[in-house]
Amino acid sequence: MTFQPKTPRAAEPLDLSRRGFLAVVGGAGLGLAVGLKPFDAVAAANGAAPAAFNPFVKIAPDGVVTVVVKHLDKGQGVATGLATLVAEELDADWAQMRTEFAPADNARYANLMFKAQGTGGSTSIANSWEQYRTAAATARAMLVNAAAQAWSVAPGEIVVEKGRLSHPSGKSDGFGAFAEKAAAAPEPVAAPQNAPFKDPSKYVYIGKEGLHRIDNDPKTDGTAIYTQDVKLPNMLVAVVAHPPRFGATVKGFDDAETRKIKGVKEVVAVPQGVAVLATNTWAAISGRNALKVEWDDAKAETRGSDALLAEAKAAVAKADGGVAAVTEGDAEAAFKTASKVIEADYAFPYLAHAAMEPLNCVVDVRKDGTAELIYGCQFPAIDHPTAAQILGLPLDKVTITTVWAGGSFGRRAVPTADYVAEAVAIAKAIEGRAPVKLVWTREDDTKAGYYRPLYAHKVKAAIGPDGLPTAWSHHIAGQSIFGGTALEAMTVKDGVDETSVEGVSNLAYAVPNRSVRLTTLKTGVPVLWWRSVGHTHTAHAVETMIDELAHAAGQDAVAYRLALLKDKPRHTAALKLAAEKAGWGEKLPQGRGRGVAVHESFNTMVAQVVDVTIRKDGSVKVDRVVAAVDCGVVVNPDVIRAQIEGGVGFGLGAALRNAVTLKDGEVEQANFDTYEPLRITDMPHVEVHMVTSDAKPTGVGEPGVPPIAPALANAIFAATGKRVRDLPIGDQKFSSV
Amino acid sequence: MIKLTINGVERSVDADPDTPLLWVLRDEIGLTGTKFGCGVALCGACTVHMDGAAVRSCQTPISAVGDSAIVTIEGLVGQGAGKEGLAVQAAWRALDVVQCGYCQSGQMMSAAALLTENKTPTDEDIDAAMGGNVCRCATYQRIRAAIHDAARRLEA
Repeated sequence: MTFQPKTPRAAEPLDLSRRGFLAVVGGAGLGLAVGLKPFDAVAAANGAAPAAFNPFVKIAPDGVVTVVVKHLDKGQGVATGLATLVAEELDADWAQMRTEFAPADNARYANLMFKAQGTGGSTSIANSWEQYRTAAATARAMLVNAAAQAWSVAPGEIVVEKGRLSHPSGKSDGFGAFAEKAAAAPEPVAAPQNAPFKDPSKYVYIGKEGLHRIDNDPKTDGTAIYTQDVKLPNMLVAVVAHPPRFGATVKGFDDAETRKIKGVKEVVAVPQGVAVLATNTWAAISGRNALKVEWDDAKAETRGSDALLAEAKAAVAKADGGVAAVTEGDAEAAFKTASKVIEADYAFPYLAHAAMEPLNCVVDVRKDGTAELIYGCQFPAIDHPTAAQILGLPLDKVTITTVWAGGSFGRRAVPTADYVAEAVAIAKAIEGRAPVKLVWTREDDTKAGYYRPLYAHKVKAAIGPDGLPTAWSHHIAGQSIFGGTALEAMTVKDGVDETSVEGVSNLAYAVPNRSVRLTTLKTGVPVLWWRSVGHTHTAHAVETMIDELAHAAGQDAVAYRLALLKDKPRHTAALKLAAEKAGWGEKLPQGRGRGVAVHESFNTMVAQVVDVTIRKDGSVKVDRVVAAVDCGVVVNPDVIRAQIEGGVGFGLGAALRNAVTLKDGEVEQANFDTYEPLRITDMPHVEVHMVTSDAKPTGVGEPGVPPIAPALANAIFAATGKRVRDLPIGDQKFSSV
Repeated sequence: MIKLTINGVERSVDADPDTPLLWVLRDEIGLTGTKFGCGVALCGACTVHMDGAAVRSCQTPISAVGDSAIVTIEGLVGQGAGKEGLAVQAAWRALDVVQCGYCQSGQMMSAAALLTENKTPTDEDIDAAMGGNVCRCATYQRIRAAIHDAARRLEA
């Protein structure tokens, strides 16, 4: 039996079965997609069930290899990455590779770094590197053993290449021919322990160019299924009226006008607000617009963001306020003998994630006492028990089917499972009369909170006679991301949430005397990690301050950093590579500036060199970003490039113009006019270079973000002599020097 | 009932005339490749072709469609489709443009409409034509490169 490529193409009829769904398009052309269990769907498509070799690898009789992906792919390319690891150690052909998302199953699919099933912290490749290669190497050995038995030859004589097993005698067949027998054979004969990994010199996929993303085709012909596209029989779409202030509750509502709208079926109060359920999205949106709700603000946060920022600034102004996160040497004593002391204040606003797909979740509560959730689930270990608890069902009666997510940037992993809990509460409120798809509008998504917290920093740094830093004191004030969540006990130590100070607490530069303090503020505004978490603000403060010190010392910004990174070979290599590729040191004409930053996050080092032009009207144009990354072994070079390019764009939008502000407790932004993401017109040319490394791979989803704002600010300084400490830059005008 | 011609097929839909085309495509006809991003023509995720021109379906009531031919991402390539769509799709795949992919239907529809009007767009032309399409993954550099690549494919 030979392998037939079955990658779906646009010319083929709509067939989503291998993606975990079977689409049934009615004769009248009215769409009706029915959710099926992935196993059933694959069986229906292929005529026979794929054989499971282990929790991660399945092979069907037609040779299709399905990699069960335990992480949510929200664009970062983990489906491609995990399929690459498996294809490599299995010696499969890339064309026979497929992926499906794992069900919620903490025992089998935990993130090995969290000890819980979930995606985040740029850990996907890092924690899967050995697990998925082991799964594939074991499956390969099982196939070899089965073929050896079938052909009556020694296993060691069998060669595996591109999805085929061959023997010098001329015998040859595809994986599919042996899949069932191999997977069924008893251990340990079939599943040898310690099946060896391939020598890296023999790699055909890992680190190689030309491997295309596994989600390329369905995402370019309209067939990729996102939560927004799921449709179950009799499903109702729910749109919710949320309170305008965080913490407010429903006092009462009038749904007379709402119920007049054709298609509206139910209006129910839930803890999160009032849900309007209709047979289609437009009716649900229209119904919500017609709804009159009276809110109770008794427990609501009614302060504005100006007041909250003022509170944060007042907190950092107190030198001994807050709690100590780092105390090394004696910073205060060092300041007294310093040649020069520089003090700077920084302010960072709330930021929304604003993924392209507004948040949503499908919940099907069935009469048989089971329930299924279908959505882009990023943290099953939280969402699964939360859903079961709300429904009053045992965990094993609730399943989660994960589909592609239209971005997340951290927003789909929430310790309170906020939007999932809302969808489940609605399904519960209508007592299972219909499956429910909760849909947030863009406005709901922008105003719903769970923002990157607002922060103020005060930094005081000193240099000695040789220009090198002698002391650094740093006080940060802002909300704790983990505080008040179920994860607090694990992550907040001695009053310090590490995510509030990461990037400062582990300063890479050699500074003998250091003090880092943290004041944790409490507000009613829900906060969350946002692509690169604490590094979103700490990298800016550190990397612009180090630039100020270099300038004060009269030294080159790259040379100065390198002098302070003598014990940091990976930072050094990334910085040198970026500087060299960018032509660091060239003289630029008036009106242009070049800035640099290097920062480690999630065990990955990224250096960026930014070139800007100051336009005639005083605004800033970002021309070019040259990035160098050390993320250990390069698994998918083009995915790494894409993630760094994307991280640059994502961080640049925030640095240039994004802020969520509140007036009297109400969020002032609503849609992409008032919270405008980076557009193509703002996108610089981005070049990405990789440091050659044989260290274990680390993540790339987040680490591209932290250096961009400070490298930009340093480039603006180079062009204008003006420091940019507060973000966003907004509509400030600059004059070149 | 309102008659619409979508991807060369005539459809009858039972919806209010002021219903946005986006929701008729997605919820009534089941063509879910066209995405909901903002609802107010600020992001372009819902872009479709109306008589060959790129329009935002979230701000196009079905009453405004009339006899115009609507093409969605599902009809961008294949029988009866213009050659620009195939070139755009091939370029998007060759350059691995997509990340989360949610905005890419709209990006590709805008790109194909641009190439229909302008066979050899410059970076400035591309930025002008694509400025209304938001990509939160910031795949913009590859979008630019893919449009140039598609233009070369059309020339060849």
